[in-house]
Amino acid sequence: MRHENVEKNIGLMTVLVMIVISIGGLVEIVPLFYIDDTLEKVKSVRPFTPLEQRGRDIYVKEACYTCHSQQVRPFRDEQIRYGHYSLAAESKYSHPFQWGSKRTGPDLARLGGKYSNAWHVQHLIAPRSVVPESVMPNYPHLMETKLETSQLEDRLRTLKTVGVPYTVEKGEQYQQNVEQWGKDVAEQLHIPNAQEALRAEAEAGNYDGEPNKLTEMDALVAYLQVLGTMVDFSEYSEPEQGRARGF
Amino acid sequence: MAQAQAATAGQTGIHEEYNYHVIRQFSVMTLVWGIVGMFMGVFIALELAYPELMYALTGSSEYLNFSRLRPVHTSGVIFAFGGSALFATSYYVVQRTCQARLFSDGLATFTFWGWQAIIVLAVISYLLGYTQSREYAEMPWPVDILIALVWVAYLVVFLGTIMKRKQPHIYVANWFYLSFILATALLHIFNNLQVPIAWNSMWSYSVFSGVQDAMTQWWYGHNAVGFYLTAAFLGMMYYFVPKQAGRPVYSYRLSIIHFWALIFLYMWAGPHHLHWTSLPDWVSTLGATFSIMLLMPSWGGMINGIMTLSGAWEKLRTDPLIKFMVVALSFYGMSTFEGPMMALQNVNALSHYTDWTVGHVHSGALGWVGMITFGSLYHMVPRLWNTELYSNRMANVHFWLATLGVLFYIVAMWISGILQGLMWRAFDEYGNLVYTFAESVEAMHPFYAMRAFGGILYLAGMILLTYNCYKTIAQAKAAQPAAARA
Repeated sequence: MRHENVEKNIGLMTVLVMIVISIGGLVEIVPLFYIDDTLEKVKSVRPFTPLEQRGRDIYVKEACYTCHSQQVRPFRDEQIRYGHYSLAAESKYSHPFQWGSKRTGPDLARLGGKYSNAWHVQHLIAPRSVVPESVMPNYPHLMETKLETSQLEDRLRTLKTVGVPYTVEKGEQYQQNVEQWGKDVAEQLHIPNAQEALRAEAEAGNYDGEPNKLTEMDALVAYLQVLGTMVDFSEYSEPEQGRARGF
Repeated sequence: MAQAQAATAGQTGIHEEYNYHVIRQFSVMTLVWGIVGMFMGVFIALELAYPELMYALTGSSEYLNFSRLRPVHTSGVIFAFGGSALFATSYYVVQRTCQARLFSDGLATFTFWGWQAIIVLAVISYLLGYTQSREYAEMPWPVDILIALVWVAYLVVFLGTIMKRKQPHIYVANWFYLSFILATALLHIFNNLQVPIAWNSMWSYSVFSGVQDAMTQWWYGHNAVGFYLTAAFLGMMYYFVPKQAGRPVYSYRLSIIHFWALIFLYMWAGPHHLHWTSLPDWVSTLGATFSIMLLMPSWGGMINGIMTLSGAWEKLRTDPLIKFMVVALSFYGMSTFEGPMMALQNVNALSHYTDWTVGHVHSGALGWVGMITFGSLYHMVPRLWNTELYSNRMANVHFWLATLGVLFYIVAMWISGILQGLMWRAFDEYGNLVYTFAESVEAMHPFYAMRAFGGILYLAGMILLTYNCYKTIAQAKAAQPAAARA
């Protein structure tokens, strides 16, 4: 075919351009949904509790991803600095993903449990009061803003629609959740319990240090404290981990 | 003045034949959004360089934090400034090369007001904290729907105009604009598959999660660069460079080959944004391979542009527009060499997550996209208003401000990026890490200050361009009644 024919026929050109630009995405994205090896088989990764999920919403809302990644790479320095490299399975309930693209601040994929709640609260309100070199903005409003929970059920139902195993009735999925993560977790993932579960978790954790106030700070710190803690890597031997990465 | 009037007389026909009104609107908004978007860039650069001072200044307002303002800057320069420039130039180029008036003035007007509304709504959303957290696609779902509507109207206007053409051949600049419009539609739809939490809420959740979500986003993110910021601006280059140089495009054959190769290969390169992550290695390897191949069609475009200018080299001394175009093409060549290099997995291991990436983006954005837009605006604005450019000298000063600005910016980011990468992986003789993360942050300070300085120079140039265009338009308006009397 002579190129002249394409240049004189806008319909033909449009069709050809559409074909040419569709191929790359089809080959690279579609198989990710079907190839079994894409996600490692780790059972302990669970959906976020209602409070953690609200914290994740705050993380997204404040656009923390602009400066923090959540993806530890398989390098010796990152292993020492942050911990075990990230598994794909660890973000299988992350809608949307928060891997980030820039580390103006450190990676947060394994942040959970490294600092106390009080440290996080102080650091979020005034980062330079605990890390003098920091360039992070101050987030004092998190402490003052009441956590919005009026659409909590809508949020969880939407996440259920896109594939996160929250439950609305105690059927098969609920039983499966009980088997996989225990009754306590299954109850927390049960949407009719969401409001109650969220308040109970906030009260028990007392994340922001003010027990009778439910703030965005409570939710965000609860989320930060669970980051990277769902997989117990001591259960897996090194060679198996290597295979999971395809080394 | 006499010259301007002569031009008026000669071009009256053109002004009635073509829809210049919508192009003028988009051109003015290109200038306005350029200043706004670049000012936001300087502002957040200062927040990183002088956090204590800047956050004292803003009173730690949640609306003015780096994290919420960063999407305002990126959307401001990409969609507001760049988008308005693309609408303006594509409408100009498609009419002049097809010798046909825009298809449907009404739809064209809708694209103008629709696009401006999208930008304003997006900015308000970001400030209030409504975001999808997908880089360069942060707009919440109602804005996404509006974008889709405006984009369909844009496609209809563009295709409709081409179908009305008086020339049998479709000029090469239009191929690039067409591929940009089609690819942007495809990318926009698949990267914004979201389920709103309720019809009356701005919040939504992505239908994909984790690894699939990441791959979809970076397929989008990389091709927003590839089509929106590259193919479309190559369309601009293919019209304005030959026009300004007064010479035909160097190689017709090269333009065919590099066009099809460019649009095919770009779509595969996204995974290089996810090297060493939990994305499967086969995708990562494909991404790296295609990124390296991408060097060829990219340089094909650069060579075609530069060689078109050769033979008009003497104009480099006198014509600031040619200078903008040569420097734009040079930065295009430099960035499209740097990109494939950074897509190599071992280079990426050092460069990724550092300021090097930021520097790379800006050598493309400020050096290529910005410079080719400035050159095109200086060419187009006087013609749209039937007059001559108010001041060539001012354009010359703008050229040097912009060039120095880019250089300060990218040199600062090269140093800080490589320094960061090396500090993070430095081990002492006992196998311990040498630096804490905080020490690497501290080491960035001088380079963050230098970057902000480069940005200020570039912004100053942008303001000068706007003033020059303002005076150009004012002088045209002053001349008009006189022409009417004659």
